[in-house]
Amino acid sequence: MYEGAVQELIDELGRLPGIGPKSAQRIAFHILDADPADMKRLVDAVTNVKERVKFCSICGNVSEQDTCNICRDPRRDPTAICVVEESKDVIAIERTRSFRGRYHVLGGAINPIGGVGPEQLRIKELLNRLSDKQIEEIIIATDPNLEGEATATYLARMLKAIGIPVSRLASGLPVGGDLEYADEVTLGRAFEGRRILT
Amino acid sequence: MSNRSFASRTYRDQGVILRTHKLGEADRIITLLTKQHGQIRAVAKGVRRTSSKFGAVLEPFMVADLQLVSGRSLDIVTQAQMVGPYGRDIAADYTKYTSAAAICETAEKLTDADGESAGAQYGLVIGALSALSRSVHAPELILDSYLLRALATAGWAPSFDQCARCGEPGPHTAFNAPLGGAVCHDCRPPGSASPAPQTMQLLAALLSADWPAADASATGPRREAAGLVASYLQWHLERTLKSLKHVERV
Repeated sequence: MYEGAVQELIDELGRLPGIGPKSAQRIAFHILDADPADMKRLVDAVTNVKERVKFCSICGNVSEQDTCNICRDPRRDPTAICVVEESKDVIAIERTRSFRGRYHVLGGAINPIGGVGPEQLRIKELLNRLSDKQIEEIIIATDPNLEGEATATYLARMLKAIGIPVSRLASGLPVGGDLEYADEVTLGRAFEGRRILT
Repeated sequence: MSNRSFASRTYRDQGVILRTHKLGEADRIITLLTKQHGQIRAVAKGVRRTSSKFGAVLEPFMVADLQLVSGRSLDIVTQAQMVGPYGRDIAADYTKYTSAAAICETAEKLTDADGESAGAQYGLVIGALSALSRSVHAPELILDSYLLRALATAGWAPSFDQCARCGEPGPHTAFNAPLGGAVCHDCRPPGSASPAPQTMQLLAALLSADWPAADASATGPRREAAGLVASYLQWHLERTLKSLKHVERV
């Protein structure tokens, strides 16, 4: 155990995800040795992120204003909504530059064992957005794992009654892999989603 | 030398994936119920990357043939091959998904300390997940039948055709979870439930896997039976199952 402030810093750092006691100690001593101006910037960045950043009132993405850049941008296609689990997924899709519509961040996926049901996600907010007659397509881009698939199944069932076309991102073989190493589920999905070349 | 010790720590088993937790950048901790080694927690490295060799094999509700290396606190999954891709059909139906989640959470709680009955529990979980994925019976019946049989295997067999306290042959009209099932008029403690006779018959059918009788049951007894099974389960497990309140019933 170290004295007061050092131990307090180690304890706080140790509560961060992926940081164990040894890493916490190493980071704490790095902070002690570092230039005070650099550490002031780190402190300001942490303070600012907690004070300024909130969630977009429309899509749930992180934003410094009441609505995020994407929801405010008039050049974005207002007829398509892409439903994702986390804000990180918005960035991943934006990097592709393939989608020009708007997003809806659910805040996770349905995981009953983890205590997350449909009520804990922003599904009600999505339904509220769909009362806007402009929307013509919903693209479900939840993770291609079991929780993501189940969430997509739940959303598709719920949105069927509304009558707006709902699509799901394709699943299949990763680029750069060997066919023989693909598991049955992935290969099966690739067959289901095959496309005609000629 | 190091190669030999690595080889001696390697073992192979068949297991069902009960749940997963994210770990670090791209890893997951997989909780497995295996045929021979009981419940295991193992790390699957890089499984969250789209290029992972594991693909969908280590997703919940899947049954896989696994190669593992034992570690200090967690084992490591080195190879995995799909045996039963039950998760695929289960995730395509939300009702099945919520039932399968409750089955796996129960299996996890029942086998985390009890290694003795793990082999039998494994058989029950596989049977239930396989039946769910093939839509052999209604998902809520498969769930309730699994819960009763899993509790019976763990040593908490309920009694529905004779009094759980004095053994008097039934049918009886009262149900008491702490006493262990149906109770006769004389043994009935205050606060016992009074289910319909059809509900008691359904519970007995679910416990003995009398599927023709269970499939023929009406919605009312199914709903009542589900409530009694849940109360019986939570009483004996002494903790709440998070997934049970999310189970979708028709």
